[in-house]
Amino acid sequence: MTLAVEMRHTLGAFCVEVAFKAPAGITVLFGRSGSGKTTVVNAVAGLLRPDMARITLDGDTLHDSAARRFLPVHKRRLGYVFQDGRLFPHLSVARNLDFGRNLAPSDAPGPDRDEVADLLGIAHLMDRAPHALSGGEKQRVAIGRALLSRPRMLLMDEPLAALDTARKAEILPYLERLRDCLNLPVLYVSHSVPEVARLATTLVVLEEGRVARAGPAEAVLSDPDMVRQIGVRAAGAVLPARVLTHHDDGLTELQTSGGRLFLPSMQVAPGSATRVRILAQDVILSKAAPFGLSALNILPVRILALREGSGPGMVVQMTCGTDRLLARITRRSAQTLVLTPGDSAFAIIKSVSIARVDIGTG
Amino acid sequence: MNAWLGPSEWQAVALSIQVSLWATALSLPFGILVAYALARWEFRGKQLLNIVVHLPLILPPVVTGYLLLLTFGRRGPIGGWLEDTFGLVLAFRWTGAALAAAIMAFPLMVRAIRLAIEAVDPKLEEAAATLGASRPRVFFTVTLPLIGPGLIAGAVLAFAKAMGEFGATITFVSNIPGQTQTIPSAIYAFLQVPGGESGALRLVVVSILLAMGALFASEWLARRTQRRTTGREGVL
Repeated sequence: MTLAVEMRHTLGAFCVEVAFKAPAGITVLFGRSGSGKTTVVNAVAGLLRPDMARITLDGDTLHDSAARRFLPVHKRRLGYVFQDGRLFPHLSVARNLDFGRNLAPSDAPGPDRDEVADLLGIAHLMDRAPHALSGGEKQRVAIGRALLSRPRMLLMDEPLAALDTARKAEILPYLERLRDCLNLPVLYVSHSVPEVARLATTLVVLEEGRVARAGPAEAVLSDPDMVRQIGVRAAGAVLPARVLTHHDDGLTELQTSGGRLFLPSMQVAPGSATRVRILAQDVILSKAAPFGLSALNILPVRILALREGSGPGMVVQMTCGTDRLLARITRRSAQTLVLTPGDSAFAIIKSVSIARVDIGTG
Repeated sequence: MNAWLGPSEWQAVALSIQVSLWATALSLPFGILVAYALARWEFRGKQLLNIVVHLPLILPPVVTGYLLLLTFGRRGPIGGWLEDTFGLVLAFRWTGAALAAAIMAFPLMVRAIRLAIEAVDPKLEEAAATLGASRPRVFFTVTLPLIGPGLIAGAVLAFAKAMGEFGATITFVSNIPGQTQTIPSAIYAFLQVPGGESGALRLVVVSILLAMGALFASEWLARRTQRRTTGREGVL
């Protein structure tokens, strides 16, 4: 399943002109508010008719302005989860969930109500009215309702933006399960880097209505040229890792391609795959093997590239095993250490600096 | 009630209710359509439609009645056609009284329903479309249930207005006992003859009771719908 989007739409002085492909997995459209993310998703959904567009899903044309083909919203069979839930206030949770299922072709593949209720933890809410739900519950029901319409693809427009941190942390694991258990491509709009790092398979960075960069999430997140778009304090690479053991002192040991990592304990079975986001500002670089440090994680790396910003800082991109890491250090440190591409070095990461929200499955 | 009201008075009450129910029931679908068009669609002549719908509210009722007589009278363009094609005569019949009442009540009905439709978040209708619902389906499964209280309010207002309609009715269909004499026309007739005050007063009491009953019923229905549609207690 691949969604291919090519579109141009002018809104007053603002022009959205993008082209990208969303393969299987979660494709995140990332950008500041006003970068055109929602415009793109609404065009894919058919809620907006762009000036020019060629949007196809696996060869099936959703919109082709040149050929004057426009599939109406209700025939596109794309589940849409909105930021504000949009549950029908006059229907119970169960009837909200059934709304889309009753309209889907009977032979369309997809999970049934019990499976969805199980996956999202909403089985006990069936008889409730939407106004009696918490924000997080509403959003889970909205996701379930979209899933049950047996969509060919899921569109999500900042589904977590209206929730507080605790509710976000409650829903993120459900979204990861969705990504890993259902073979359903997702186009996901977000301006939150932790969400992107947790969920994205593919990342499309939008800036002022244009695609600034698109590619596999790990490559884009560890690209030093993307640090400005992502924000210097939020920038950081994502390392895939496998859980080895849980230690008695409350630490979990993981295996990455570049070495072992110790993290605060996580509720994941040994052997399972995880992804850990390591903020560039949490990484210390050393040219010599450090000795007598309190930091537990010392990974051997090789310097790949150095990028200077406008301030006193700079970003260093490194290879760590087969993966990439980013470090943000001062220009002064880089000069003192005489860092040059190709050099060997050591990346030092404090275990406790890695936030729980930055450890995900997948 | 039969003993208290004379036969002709009883007839006027029954006729009023008959006329008002028909007027309300038949104008409701048109009321919903026009209200939906005014609330949701952009089209040329929208302002003109708005004005035409509201005209009966502003025009002297006699003028509306006379215009009805000109168009729907037996020699009028539409009235003649209706009689030739369907054998339906409106002038000086109770059917004409229903038409006059419907036209006079229409602006009130459209206003109430339009407000209810404007209060429905179009984002909910969009959400229904993304779930696979065609436009008519969205209307019947989302919009219509959500405007329930507004529909009831509009229908009750229209019914009450129809019950009280006098000017256009008497101009269009006259004041024929048993045919076109509704409660207001009957009160008017009583007041034209010496000693008619007691009969007029009895009908005044009936009018007040009917109006209050209708309002109570609508309040109750609206609360019920509101509770069903939003789960919250609603005040009309």
